[in-house]
Amino acid sequence: MNILTNPKNLRGFERHIKVENVSRRNILKGLGLAGGFVLAAPVMSRPAFAKYETGAGKMPHGTVVDPRVFVAIAPDGSVTIVAHRAEMGTGVRTSLPLIVAEEMEADWSRVRVQQAHGDEVKFGNQDTDGSRSTRHYLIPMRQIGASARAMLEAAAAKRWGVPASEVKASNHEVLHGPSGRKLGFGDLAADAAKEPVPGVEGLKLKDPKDFRYLGKGEIGIVDLRDITVGKAHYGADTRLPGMKYAVIARPPVTGGKLVSFDGTEAMKVSGVEKVMEVKGWPWPSKFQPLGGVAVIARNTGAAIKGRDALKIIWDDGANGKYDSVAYRASLEEAARKPGLVVRKEGDADAALKSADKVIVGEYYLPHLAHVTMEPPVAVADVKGDKAEIWAPVQSAGGTREDVAKTLGIPEGNVTVNVTLLGGGFGRKSKCDFALEAALLSKELGSPVKVQWTREDDIHNGFLHTVSVERIEAGLDKSGKVIAWRHRSVAPTIASTFAAGASHEAAFELGMGLVDMPFEIANISCENPEAAAHTRIGWFRSVSNIPRAFAVQSMVGELAHATNRDQKDMLLELIGSPRIIDLSSVKDLWNYGEPYDSYPIDTARLRKVVELVADKGGWGRAVPKGHGLGIAVHRSFVSYIATIVEVAVDDKGKLTVPRVDTAIDCGTYVNPERIESQIEGAAIMGLSLAKYGEITFKDGKVEQGNFDSFPVIRMDEAPLVTNVYIVPPGPDTPPSGVGEPGVPPFAPALIHAIFAATGKRIRSLPIGKQLEA
Amino acid sequence: MIKLKINGQEQNWDGDPDLPLLWFLRDEAGLTGTKFGCGQALCGACTVIIDKQAVRACITSVSDAAGRDVTTIEGLHPSGDHAVQKAWRQVNVPQCGYCQAGQIMQAAALLMDNPKPSHDQIREAMAGNICRCGCYQRIENAVHLASTGV
Repeated sequence: MNILTNPKNLRGFERHIKVENVSRRNILKGLGLAGGFVLAAPVMSRPAFAKYETGAGKMPHGTVVDPRVFVAIAPDGSVTIVAHRAEMGTGVRTSLPLIVAEEMEADWSRVRVQQAHGDEVKFGNQDTDGSRSTRHYLIPMRQIGASARAMLEAAAAKRWGVPASEVKASNHEVLHGPSGRKLGFGDLAADAAKEPVPGVEGLKLKDPKDFRYLGKGEIGIVDLRDITVGKAHYGADTRLPGMKYAVIARPPVTGGKLVSFDGTEAMKVSGVEKVMEVKGWPWPSKFQPLGGVAVIARNTGAAIKGRDALKIIWDDGANGKYDSVAYRASLEEAARKPGLVVRKEGDADAALKSADKVIVGEYYLPHLAHVTMEPPVAVADVKGDKAEIWAPVQSAGGTREDVAKTLGIPEGNVTVNVTLLGGGFGRKSKCDFALEAALLSKELGSPVKVQWTREDDIHNGFLHTVSVERIEAGLDKSGKVIAWRHRSVAPTIASTFAAGASHEAAFELGMGLVDMPFEIANISCENPEAAAHTRIGWFRSVSNIPRAFAVQSMVGELAHATNRDQKDMLLELIGSPRIIDLSSVKDLWNYGEPYDSYPIDTARLRKVVELVADKGGWGRAVPKGHGLGIAVHRSFVSYIATIVEVAVDDKGKLTVPRVDTAIDCGTYVNPERIESQIEGAAIMGLSLAKYGEITFKDGKVEQGNFDSFPVIRMDEAPLVTNVYIVPPGPDTPPSGVGEPGVPPFAPALIHAIFAATGKRIRSLPIGKQLEA
Repeated sequence: MIKLKINGQEQNWDGDPDLPLLWFLRDEAGLTGTKFGCGQALCGACTVIIDKQAVRACITSVSDAAGRDVTTIEGLHPSGDHAVQKAWRQVNVPQCGYCQAGQIMQAAALLMDNPKPSHDQIREAMAGNICRCGCYQRIENAVHLASTGV
């Protein structure tokens, strides 16, 4: 079955692509927050005032624009604003409520943020992934705030018997200009609740020049103090009376099954109370648990020690021969033959044949593990047909649905409390760990915490794909690139949901393959088949990692072959400022956004290249052994260019003295958090470039912890990362920030290494390649 | 019965003496500020201070901690205003925040030992603490700020 033809069968997968048209007028109910302030506003697929449309309405359960759900004002004037997206480090738990506070003229110091539980009917889509939160919620959150402000103003005008046009909300008060009278938000809350709800079309949004918070970057994240004093509440920090602690031994091979186990020795470990089987689902198991044997104890340490004492026999199943060395060879073989054509312009085959010169680059990028600092963990308390979950999940609503289905109880009986996430990066979009806790709690009849160890995380994750990217570029006699053939071969995320899925899904093809922005007459993008032998999942920036690596590496290869400056080559390939016409691509995936609002605009692509080159000192003199590299990539509908300076010593040890990144993410909320995301993306980019590799032998992951899967530490981190944010135009739609910083880093680094040493890395990780 | 002194308070443990201190702190004593990251002293998320030294609680047994002064993030400063904590807030260090308790404890121990560390000394001393979000530039700046007075 072609996975693209019947996505409805793919639960979980479908959450990311399906289209919904549901009226929500009948489901607007109050939240029951403190205070008497209640308003309602209609829900729209296209936000009023926005000059652009987003894909928000097409996400599962769409967008709910309802101040009664998101805002409450207590009689003492304190304002509660709901954060319905998950906080994994991007700052969204601060920035979305900040938008509401800005627009309603609330004083941020009197605002409390309340985390929403999982309920997409009430709150709208909660899938915190795809770098979507700001771009989908900037306007809805402004509307919610503006509704609240309008009703407060109307209530004040009525009390004073003056025209509404004479009153104005400002910093937690409503003022009557002519008389100088004032009323606090708390004084007005009850009356405001009686006011009719203003029509959204009549709402007046603030003039951006009056913004106190948006675009300023002067507000620290709401959890800052709690984090620094150890009080911030993550998934593992939930403690319930009578709670048991569990760890699970899972099948070491994806799709493997438990044959038998002996828990005698485990039961002798001090603190161990029970050893029991956990139900597993057949592969492809979607987000369902893998099954195995659980050890239940009075604390996590005892459970881990007990698990070490288990004797288990597994049936490895069909993936027991998965071997990364052999698999790489099979991907390379596939990449050297024609594959499914997913974009075609002109005749690349003929142009390559007639080209004066053909440059071929074949690039390999291995599996990666997320290794969030907080490994997967969840607490569940299942009593009868009711379940309550506390978990660090990116998908609160999806988790609720999955818990209900897994336990066979109504969704309304499931409460999912979303804690802070100790890192997400896509791993916590999959709620398997919460389902494990739910199953165990049901069996045990008591609350239970399931803690994954680091080894569990690395052995049983949803890995970033592994890919071979092969690009052939044909040049004419003048050195102009006239042909481009890119074959991308990688096991697809769809294989985690549908048996036998072997072609990449539209949302993967759209991440740097079919959306390649160069102005070349003859283009062929192909996707040969690749079978998956482990669980593949979303990893921060997803397929953009291999695609940006390949495409941008080829730019460097072409610059070298034609003796041109790499930045000049890059700008020449991008070509004229234009909106790229991708109408030839079937099922074009544009990060879920309408192409009209978010087209590929090469003027913006050029601009970030020019900005980073200017600010980052492209072409500056560097010491011997140093080199500069540049790369650009559009992903999550943002445009990012990075310059990396590398230093390689005579033993092949590399350091990164400086990174410069320019980002055009359209209209933005909190530039300070954009900077932190880009700083972090450089570290993650360096981690994957230098060390990142998960390999399989006999179906099992060969790495287990930070010793065998290293990530960058402070002593090898870039010394400085400078971030330049392109000022948005007045109507530029907001675009992604969390993920797009990652893809351009590795190719920029590789170019810098080439500039420093003359060695071109085509296979990641770099590992010891420079030592040779 | 093992007697422990955690953040100035006496605690008793009559279970497995080999239990890693991390799990005693988190699961038995309810001090969840100290985090689990790797279980093998590879990431530093569980860093506590024992007798003025930064120690990885995940490989330190309860019996090894017996009779010594254990300080966790909850006990670093009575009002949470240790110079390192204040610097962390001033620099807006955290992203997800999960590793930060360990980072702060490591930094506090560094400054006890070396009140004015150079940037190289900071980078070396903090290299045992992983931050997957990649807040290193800010951590380095915050430690430097704490050492020079906030």
